[in-house]
Amino acid sequence: MTTTLESPVPPGTPGNAAVGDAGALTEATLTGWKLTLREFTKNKMAMVGIGVLVLFVLFCYLGPVFYHSDQTTSNLANTDLSPGPGAPLGTDDSGFDVLGRLMIGGQTSLEIGFLAALIASVIGTLWGAISGLLGGVVDAVMMRIVDVMLSLPFFLVVLIVASRYNSGILSLSLVIGIFSWLVPARLVRGEVLTLRVRDFVSAAKVMGAGNQRLIYRHLLPNAMGTVIVNITFQIADSILVLASLGFLNFGVKFPNTDWGSQIANADQFLSNGYWWLVFPVGLCLVLVVMSFNLIGDGLRDAVDVRLRKR
Amino acid sequence: MFGYLIRRLGTAILIVLCVSMVTFAMLHIIFPSPAIVVLGAKPSHAATEAFNKQWGYNLPLWHQYIRYLDQLLHGNFGWSFHSNQSVGSLFKERFPLSAFLSFSSLLVAVIIALPLGIFQAIKRNSVGDVAATTVTFVLYSMPVFFFAVILIDVFALQLGWVDSGVNADQGSLSAQLADFKDLILPIVSLSLTQVASFSRYQRSAALDVLSQDYIKVARAKGLAERLIYVRHLVRNASLPMVTLIGLSIPSLIAGNLLIEYAFNINGLGNLFIQSLGFEDYNTLLAYTLLGAIATVIGNLVADIALTIADPRIRLV
Repeated sequence: MTTTLESPVPPGTPGNAAVGDAGALTEATLTGWKLTLREFTKNKMAMVGIGVLVLFVLFCYLGPVFYHSDQTTSNLANTDLSPGPGAPLGTDDSGFDVLGRLMIGGQTSLEIGFLAALIASVIGTLWGAISGLLGGVVDAVMMRIVDVMLSLPFFLVVLIVASRYNSGILSLSLVIGIFSWLVPARLVRGEVLTLRVRDFVSAAKVMGAGNQRLIYRHLLPNAMGTVIVNITFQIADSILVLASLGFLNFGVKFPNTDWGSQIANADQFLSNGYWWLVFPVGLCLVLVVMSFNLIGDGLRDAVDVRLRKR
Repeated sequence: MFGYLIRRLGTAILIVLCVSMVTFAMLHIIFPSPAIVVLGAKPSHAATEAFNKQWGYNLPLWHQYIRYLDQLLHGNFGWSFHSNQSVGSLFKERFPLSAFLSFSSLLVAVIIALPLGIFQAIKRNSVGDVAATTVTFVLYSMPVFFFAVILIDVFALQLGWVDSGVNADQGSLSAQLADFKDLILPIVSLSLTQVASFSRYQRSAALDVLSQDYIKVARAKGLAERLIYVRHLVRNASLPMVTLIGLSIPSLIAGNLLIEYAFNINGLGNLFIQSLGFEDYNTLLAYTLLGAIATVIGNLVADIALTIADPRIRLV
């Protein structure tokens, strides 16, 4: 992540040089992404978020390597076992080991959360950048489209589409991503509107840069801070949306599973006292979403510091 | 101001019209014709044709849309093939309960979040502030249905204070109100998850107000701290709340749906989920449209509240 973060604002870009004399220039070279990173690492809560997230990624992806459990064939002889030797978190109503199920459910939840946020951010960023840069009628039309899409009741629409296209990770990511690019589009457009009148953009234009070059080389790198902050929150939101879909039984299909579907499945056994079916998975969900929110808060503050120095 | 309102209303109507087109087209692409659902798994070609012709599903999409719009303008939401009654009458049965659930939880959320956020801003970084921030942060990251599951487990199953779900026979609001105890958990789970996001905004809005010059002036002239809060802070910091309520309509609809499902409440949200399974398309369409209209009205209210709150926003 950090290596890609370094490149967008190379020291001494015209934008930073515009600050003025040589002293300010060295100050300016200290700002940029290095400053953001330093501010970010100073934020304790954000570091806790990173730590929790890393633990969960290890748990979900390396866990199955060390902890083997059969997650494809149900074992009706061992249903609803309470936690004990052999099954640290018990088994569910189909005899699946809950700990192993948490791992593969977590993979799905993390992957869909990340992919959906990525899809939304790519569409939204390009949409906002094009709209903001071109301005005029194009901008007006593109933003009215955003207005209309924003007036659709998001969850209902996602539910309707997901009820048909919820077969796999990619299709669910697309369903969630395609309806959540509107906020990043607005954010990036706002950024581009302030950036496009800056001297370094004018200079690039005078040197004959086309719209494409302006967007990819000048506008997007400078709007990247806002985009990255937004991606983090969007991952958290997408994981929650996926969990809600799963809770309504519109999550991924068997043999795959996600955390929301697991809660939905466990919900019916709550009155039997099978707590191990619902609380571990719920706790995982809350912790992961919380860690993304913590990281997002930390990144936002760190990017703000950079913007203030800019 | 009046001209602005008219223009803003015009845009809102235009947006609702566009949204209805998008929703209509989207549902048609996903569920082309209810024939399969109504006529059974493998209807004969002729029967499907006849059905489509009878209900107009063979017409071009734009023609179907015009017909639907014409129906809507005459107060007809279409026919629910699954429950064999008009969508309008279905909604009339279910609407009061959902509306009660949504509005009461919204009200509770505002009553808690407004003073909480202002208190947090005044006592910034105190133990109380940190505790409240932590609790709201956890709630903010928690899906509303998991919170509901926890509440059900603790208060219904462990302590036995209330029933774990709502009696499904009691469809009407009046019957439900007679058994109000069952509605406490749904309202609490829906409102507390809203408090989580509301109080965060409310806290930062109040902090924003506290750093304004007029607060400094009030302090400098020796106004009692209590009066500063009552006269300047609360008034100025609570207006953003109206905007927030206006913008929270989509999440309110989503939360309402999940909570009705979790507690087995016979409202519009549950109707929507059941209709998804039956592909009961007119019901889906009508509810999505209602949701869109509510969202647009919410945005309108938010915009107007913003212009009243801050006269510097030019009314163009």
